[in-house]
Amino acid sequence: MLEADPAALSDDELLDRYQRAAFGYFLENVNPDNGLVADTSRPNSPASIAVVGFALSCYPIGVERGWMTRGAAVELTLAALRFFSASPQDGGDGVTGHKGFYYHFLDMRTGLRVWRCELSMVDTALLIAGFLVAGAYFSGDNDKEAEIRLLAETLYRRVDWRWAQGSSPTLRQGWKPKSGFLHYGWEGYNEATILYVLSMASPDSPTSNDSYTGWTATYQWENVYGHDVLYGGPLFMHQFSHAWIDFAGIRDAFMREKNSDYFENSRRSTYLHRDYARHNPYGFDGYGENLWGLSAGDGPGGFRASVERRTHRFSGYAARGAPFGPDDGTIAPWSYPASLPFAPDICLAALRHLGEHYPQVIDNFRLPSGFNPTLANRRKFGRDGWVSEGHYGLDQGIVVMMIENHRSRMIWELMRSNPHIRHGLGRAGFTGGWLSQPAVSAAGGRDVA
Amino acid sequence: MSRERTKAASFPVDRNDVELIRVAHPSHWKNPTPDGPYNLVVIGAGPAGLTAARDAASLGAKVALIERGLIGGACVNVGGIPSKSIIRTARLYADMRDAENFGGDTPQRLHVDFERAMMRMRQIRQHISRADSAAAIVAEGIDLYFGEGRFAGPDTVVVAGKTLHFKKALVATGAHASVPAIPGLAEAGYLDNGTMFNLTKCPPRLLVIGGGPLGCETAQSFCLLGANVVLAQSDPMFLPGEERDAAQILSDALAREGIEVRLNTEVTAVRMAGGKKLADLTRDGDTTTISVDEIITGVGRSPNVDGLGLEDAGVVHDAKGIKVDDHLRTTNPHIYAAGDVCLEYKFTHTAEASARIVVRNALFRGREKLSELVVPWCTYTDPEIAHVGLYPIEARLNGIPVKTYTVLMHDVARAVMDGEEEGFVKIHVREGSDRILGATVVAAHAGEMINGVTLAIRSGMGLHALADVIHPFPTQAQGIKMAGDAYRRTRFTSLRRRLAARWLAWSRR
Repeated sequence: MLEADPAALSDDELLDRYQRAAFGYFLENVNPDNGLVADTSRPNSPASIAVVGFALSCYPIGVERGWMTRGAAVELTLAALRFFSASPQDGGDGVTGHKGFYYHFLDMRTGLRVWRCELSMVDTALLIAGFLVAGAYFSGDNDKEAEIRLLAETLYRRVDWRWAQGSSPTLRQGWKPKSGFLHYGWEGYNEATILYVLSMASPDSPTSNDSYTGWTATYQWENVYGHDVLYGGPLFMHQFSHAWIDFAGIRDAFMREKNSDYFENSRRSTYLHRDYARHNPYGFDGYGENLWGLSAGDGPGGFRASVERRTHRFSGYAARGAPFGPDDGTIAPWSYPASLPFAPDICLAALRHLGEHYPQVIDNFRLPSGFNPTLANRRKFGRDGWVSEGHYGLDQGIVVMMIENHRSRMIWELMRSNPHIRHGLGRAGFTGGWLSQPAVSAAGGRDVA
Repeated sequence: MSRERTKAASFPVDRNDVELIRVAHPSHWKNPTPDGPYNLVVIGAGPAGLTAARDAASLGAKVALIERGLIGGACVNVGGIPSKSIIRTARLYADMRDAENFGGDTPQRLHVDFERAMMRMRQIRQHISRADSAAAIVAEGIDLYFGEGRFAGPDTVVVAGKTLHFKKALVATGAHASVPAIPGLAEAGYLDNGTMFNLTKCPPRLLVIGGGPLGCETAQSFCLLGANVVLAQSDPMFLPGEERDAAQILSDALAREGIEVRLNTEVTAVRMAGGKKLADLTRDGDTTTISVDEIITGVGRSPNVDGLGLEDAGVVHDAKGIKVDDHLRTTNPHIYAAGDVCLEYKFTHTAEASARIVVRNALFRGREKLSELVVPWCTYTDPEIAHVGLYPIEARLNGIPVKTYTVLMHDVARAVMDGEEEGFVKIHVREGSDRILGATVVAAHAGEMINGVTLAIRSGMGLHALADVIHPFPTQAQGIKMAGDAYRRTRFTSLRRRLAARWLAWSRR
């Protein structure tokens, strides 16, 4: 529930509340000894390396916004960097990573692999992006901040990106000690642009020149509901890489061919999701002008049920997408702040609508991973339908970062000056826009709006 | 395979099958005696062989047709016809369960009569096979031989003790279900498309191996007929090669109907225990074991090349089939091949189309090319998935900029009325033009809808012109025209709009 009446707040006050509430997740769910952050706020949750990447990217925002001291941010950042630097890496069991990559989920205390999970390429990229934010932000002339910069650079450089290509141009999605590379069919546009940018920029083990074009060859440019878009079903695919990189005005070969850019594409994709909800082909409750947004996130569980004489299959944690599905009526409300920079008007309207019509799903301005109003008063669900329990670190991280990019462009500006990001974008064929201007050196203390 | 470990009966199962045999392979058939060399000797009386023999005979050629089993080949007997007949019954039960969604009453107790479904399939199979009866073929002036045909040299074939000389020959022997290399599977017993249509009882719990068209169709129809189905697919998506959105919609549909979907999963071992088949399913190195009553494999088809004396005739082949050039000529310039025995796309309609090319090229010195065919195909799941032409990725890998016009079936009025709004029409054009490169349709009747696009591609019609083709309202095929409309809207550039507005303003003066 909401402690303050959101309707009475200005847009910026409202965003500030949501941003700060999301930021609080990291301080509440971090292990200060090793800097690891829990995947979710549920009991016994392991750490997710991607969530650590988000946390490291959010601490500088917390410092600038006055939500934590610079000293506390330095300590948490150093704890994480030191942990990963010293963590065991080889192909066997009881380790944290391999070839400079890390397993997706780690024990919060020991930092070792749990759940026999995969060595994750894209989640490692999100972690490394967090390292680079830390390295760029903590530019202070003291031993600790110098150590942050050194460790961030070292951890980035030791990743063997070339190995992760396997025998193909495109990067593999994951790897397991017993079965080797996983083949999850990573076809089409998705959230992995930052993975390619970081991998191509590596000074020591870059991917081959054809890796990015090998991936973009699988892109599909579509006219759907009157929008020309590079299709990616779930909204997070249009958000995650954008949390670190400002894609407005810069174009690779694909976007030059289409006379667009990835920022504009995320804007159109946001509108496409809204249009899909207006169509609401499967008659889910609540869908419409201001309730939309399908993404990867928690769900009510794996079962089939008939709603309004129609059989639906409801899923647990899954990637939901529009307009081709899957769609089980589960909305990811964190999509609104996460798409804010692209389509502020409709995202703010949706966020206000959520506060007015579904206040019960919001925990003091902190957004759940998902909720499903269609299930209200059905099966074991009460009048609020299904609401995801607790909170997910990924969702909170993207909320903090994208609200900040909308308010002050802080992370975008930091990363614009990062030589690896610029080099990686260049190798991927991006030109124009801010890339044609010289890099401005990053500053640690900045004013934010 | 150990037949006694499967629940399938032996063919012929009933009097329909007996009648089918009587028509398609008469028991007391007397082969003719060759009277001089043939213009064309055809080995295999499936869709390719029948088409070639008929086309050639109708043009006055002296033709011999050799068949070792039943006329009609895989399509009639163990392929498209029996499987689609069963799918019809399966859809009926799906609609009965879903009756409320269509404004009807769902029956309180829905009893699936599996035997009746299978009997209907056998009746239909027998009915359709009559068109290609032995007697009908002979009446068309074709010398019909039953027996194993075998090349005895570069220009002779021996069948049932008779030697046939030919000027040209066509190998159209088709393909058979591949045997998956899974330890213990053969010992435990399994069914494939050659044997599954002999089932007389629905297996309560069924494992289908392979998520290609055959596996998906089989899994869905047996699920709708009441089986608990596990569908194991080694790839990360169903229908490898199809567009991911099509595969995604199918995957959702299969899961919604209650199929236990296991992607990225290999069946690594099978064994018998307590009358059940235990199958080990391995994903990312982790193995789980499931217990099932029956296993059906649908992992692909291997060409029928053994015992044909191809080496004696100088015809080269490998595991993929007989090697042919773009004119369908084998390494022996007098011998051609058509259909499943040589083609990558093993469909009845490609078999027939390739046979027509052979007749023109072999008998009339034609230069027609296989690569110039515009070949659509369809997977008959619910929804159906149909495709023609290039996929976007093929276009992009060939340096062709491509744009897709997508219409969601939930925007097609008739699809909404029919309660069949799942799916889409995607038409791919060359960026900056309306030249149609290909299309994918996912819809309840996608196989019917794709024909309009195939016709457009074949006749060189662009997407702009397709918008002018009047489609009756309300039909689901309007989705095709709506893609044309979407294309047109993007042509209304701001300049055109401004010019039009100026003209209209002037007209009001």
